This record gives sequence, C-alpha cells and structure tokens, in this order.
Amino acid sequence: MANEQEPNIQETEKQEIVETGAERTRSRLAFVPRADIYETNEAIVLVTDMPGVDENSLDITLENDVLTIIGYVESEHPEGYGLAYNEYRVGDYERSFTLSSKVDRNKIEATVKDGVLRLRLPKAEPSMRKIAVAAG
Amino acid sequence: MFGRSFWGQTTPWSEMERLRREVNRLFASSPAVSGTRMAPGYPAINIWANEDGAIVTAELPGLDPEKLDIAVVENTLTLSGERQPLELAEGDVYHRRERGCGKFTRSFQLPFNVETGNVQALYEKGVLRITLPRAEADKPRKIAVKAA
Repeated sequence: MANEQEPNIQETEKQEIVETGAERTRSRLAFVPRADIYETNEAIVLVTDMPGVDENSLDITLENDVLTIIGYVESEHPEGYGLAYNEYRVGDYERSFTLSSKVDRNKIEATVKDGVLRLRLPKAEPSMRKIAVAAG
Repeated sequence: MFGRSFWGQTTPWSEMERLRREVNRLFASSPAVSGTRMAPGYPAINIWANEDGAIVTAELPGLDPEKLDIAVVENTLTLSGERQPLELAEGDVYHRRERGCGKFTRSFQLPFNVETGNVQALYEKGVLRITLPRAEADKPRKIAVKAA
C-alpha cells in the first residue's frame, strides 16, 4: 500500500505519448496529463494537470464509453528571446478513460482553472429496483 | 511498399520509429536524446534569454498565486510555494493519484544581476512567467575604438 501522506512533488518529467496504431494529425509533441480520480457518493471526479490549457483549447469527447480529453497548447516562445536552458517541453495533452456504465452521460460537468481540468461524472440512478414481496 | 505509409498503413519503418521513441522514453529522456535536462527539483523551468534579460517559465498548474513566493536577490531567483492536495470529503475514495502535492523551493542563478524593481510575474493557465530585466550597470558596453 502506498504511503499517501508523504508529499511527492519531485516528479516533473512529462510522459510523452508514443503512438501505437493511428497517428495524430498535429505534428507536435503530446503528453499524458497526470490525473487524480476519486469517487464520492454521487459522482466520480477526474482532475488532470494540463498547464497551458484553457476552456478554448480543450476537446472533451465521449464515444462508446470512452472519454477522451485533448488539450492544445501553444508554444511559449517569447518573441525576441532564445531558449537558454530547458528542463521541460511544451506540447499538447491527450488521455482516454473507459467509463463504467454507471455514469450519467448527460450530466457530466467540466471546468478548467489555472491549467487544471476538473470533470465531474455523476453516477447514474440505479435502474434496478428492489421489489418488495408481499406475503401471500 | 514505401509509398503505402502515406495512407496510414504500418510499415516496418514506422514501427521502427515507434520503437525508437519508446526506447528513448524508457531511458528517462536522457539529455543526449531529447535536449532536455532532467529537472533536479520542482518545478521544472525553462529560461529564455536575450541581451536585455531573461524570462523564466514554469508549469505550476492549480497553484494558489497567494501561496507562491518569488524572491530575487542580485542574480538569484527563488521560487517557493505549496501545491495543495485535493479536498476530499469523508468517505471519498481515490482511484488514482498521480498529481504531486506539497511544499517546494528552488533557486536559480542567472548569469547577470537583475533590475529587481522591474521584475514582472504573470500566472496564466497554470503557467508562471517571470520577466527578469538585466541591471543597467550589468549590461555589456560597447567601446568605441578611436583612430589614432
């Protein structure tokens, strides 16, 4: 069991996406955004770090139970400057999750603030009801 | 057979290329491969420079700007702050936890003294951008050569 109390902020390396099968149309670097996922009584909440992304540069699609998040990031190159020292690379973000059928697809909410995307996936009302059996 | 790759078919070449990238990734993106240095601490930074100064950028998503401290003394820039964990209610359960949180401090030495009064910091879309102008006294001077 991982120690969840220990703060872990050392890992800074972004994980680059390695294509398998279909290729991306944009010839830019793409990374897998880091995600936290937790479950509450009412919903599953997905939080992803996507620095450089705002509400206008995000594509979220849901198709056949697969939720895909794509964030487009523009180059940060300031005009008139040259890159002197480089520790991280800038690129798009892409990640897919398979949703369980428990999610109410029509009530998914997405917000983005300070480069963090928050997706709330409300659980669907249980469609199966208990049937009371009356004594005959 | 080479022409087929234009139509999206997997060729041995594209498969080799994929393998090459995967191997590069496994070798922790060594500097020789990607040109990027592994950041020794958090956050990772990039430095952009010209003769008038430098711009330091760092990806710090989801940070409360109130909890970020930027200090500049002569040629040293120090970034410190704290990334808060998510606030979970009782009974909430994590399925995945990949985002780091906690306190951080990092210092960098720039190759020039900074005009500390004119430092600007902008935090936008989770990206921090600090503009550090070079001190006037520190700028290189052109020396005119007089003909004898």
